Amino acid sequence: MKKKIFIRKTLILLAGVALTFPAGVSFYRHRHLKEPVVISSGVTQVKKLGDYFDKIRGTTNDCNLYFLEGKEPGATMIVIGGTHPEEPAGRLAPWIFAENAHIQKGRLILVLSANRSASTVTRPSGAYPQDFTIPTDWGRQKFRMGDRWTNPLDQWPDPEVYIHYPSGQNLAYVDIRNLNRVWPGRANGTLTEQTTYALMNVIRSEKVDVVIDLHEAELQYPVINTIVAHEKGQDLATLVSMTLTDFEGFKIGTEFSPKNLHGLSHREIGDHSDAISLLCEAPEPFLDATRGITNRKQLLEGKDEFVVKAGEHGLLFAPIDSTGWPIDVRVGRHTSTILQTFESWNEDHPDKEIICNSVPRYAEVIKNGIGHYLKNPNTAQTKKIFYE
Amino acid sequence: MSILTTLISVLYYAFIAFIVVLILYNLIKTKDWKKEIIYVVILIPFLLRLLMLK
Repeated sequence: MKKKIFIRKTLILLAGVALTFPAGVSFYRHRHLKEPVVISSGVTQVKKLGDYFDKIRGTTNDCNLYFLEGKEPGATMIVIGGTHPEEPAGRLAPWIFAENAHIQKGRLILVLSANRSASTVTRPSGAYPQDFTIPTDWGRQKFRMGDRWTNPLDQWPDPEVYIHYPSGQNLAYVDIRNLNRVWPGRANGTLTEQTTYALMNVIRSEKVDVVIDLHEAELQYPVINTIVAHEKGQDLATLVSMTLTDFEGFKIGTEFSPKNLHGLSHREIGDHSDAISLLCEAPEPFLDATRGITNRKQLLEGKDEFVVKAGEHGLLFAPIDSTGWPIDVRVGRHTSTILQTFESWNEDHPDKEIICNSVPRYAEVIKNGIGHYLKNPNTAQTKKIFYE
Repeated sequence: MSILTTLISVLYYAFIAFIVVLILYNLIKTKDWKKEIIYVVILIPFLLRLLMLK
């Protein structure tokens, strides 16, 4: 009898191990998936975020900083992608710059994984896919799908109430792990706060003129298809918005950063540095609460009949129909917004220009697809490959 | 603050390990096969956390 019970217990335990093992392997692979970046010949140096703040060195958030420097001096701009890694267009747009851009005048700094930790986890109970693949001219490239918040494996526990530093404003407890609620950061804070502290060091020490933080938003969120601008950047953002809407065939608005809403890049970077801070939002139906199946197809095609239905009832702040919001459209909006920001800046600062070549605009990205602009790591020189 | 967070995290993982031991102890002790299945199902998320996988 005892032997029979022992065998039963062993079998049940083995069944548990059989469930745990593939789940563990899957989580491990997601957390350690290496995403190759084949840098453009325009990238002059690749630094680490830890070079600007020792406490970040060697941590999950010690991300790459890609520097593209022109032969002629000019403005310095930084494009931040991956603040929220569940918003893939925000990472893929600067990715295209890193693999294709050439700066003729001025300097461009690119961050593809600002909150790298958040790219190693998906939302609990969200049924998110762990990755997605983009078809290219040479095959398929796989990317990590992430979350809005830093991985709890890297930063834990959360407080009952998150008190933002230095404003003292009370925010939702979980937002202590939200990179876009912890600007300007603090040296002795949490990993997420230390990450924004390090990024502020980059912005100050490199004398950055304009910061562009790339995002995507659900269609039920009022801040969408827009550029949110610090008061220092209102003229620039308005000019960019008007030009894009008139000449590129897509609508993008402008909103002013609220002075009393703290922790966000468009507020704090402008307040705590000399840089102009802008935040761009593209639409991502994948994030809508009323979405249907949450899979890779929905993530990349941006089609969802339930979100369309919500639109029919007037519940959305952005239009959607059966064509959805494909990833090429969302990324194209971002590449054009960045390029137009450069051009509009140049109109006002002819003595301090930034000139960028070889990056596709909205219409080209839609026509050729993002994959056309991703380089093959298998045929690239090893010294040209960096991993996110 | 980071020292306090690290301390809490260490205590947390020690607590998780203690719960894993308790679950395994109960799994060995029980004679009810339904409870055995429940203990094993409960064990999975604790193991994944203890191994720092999720």
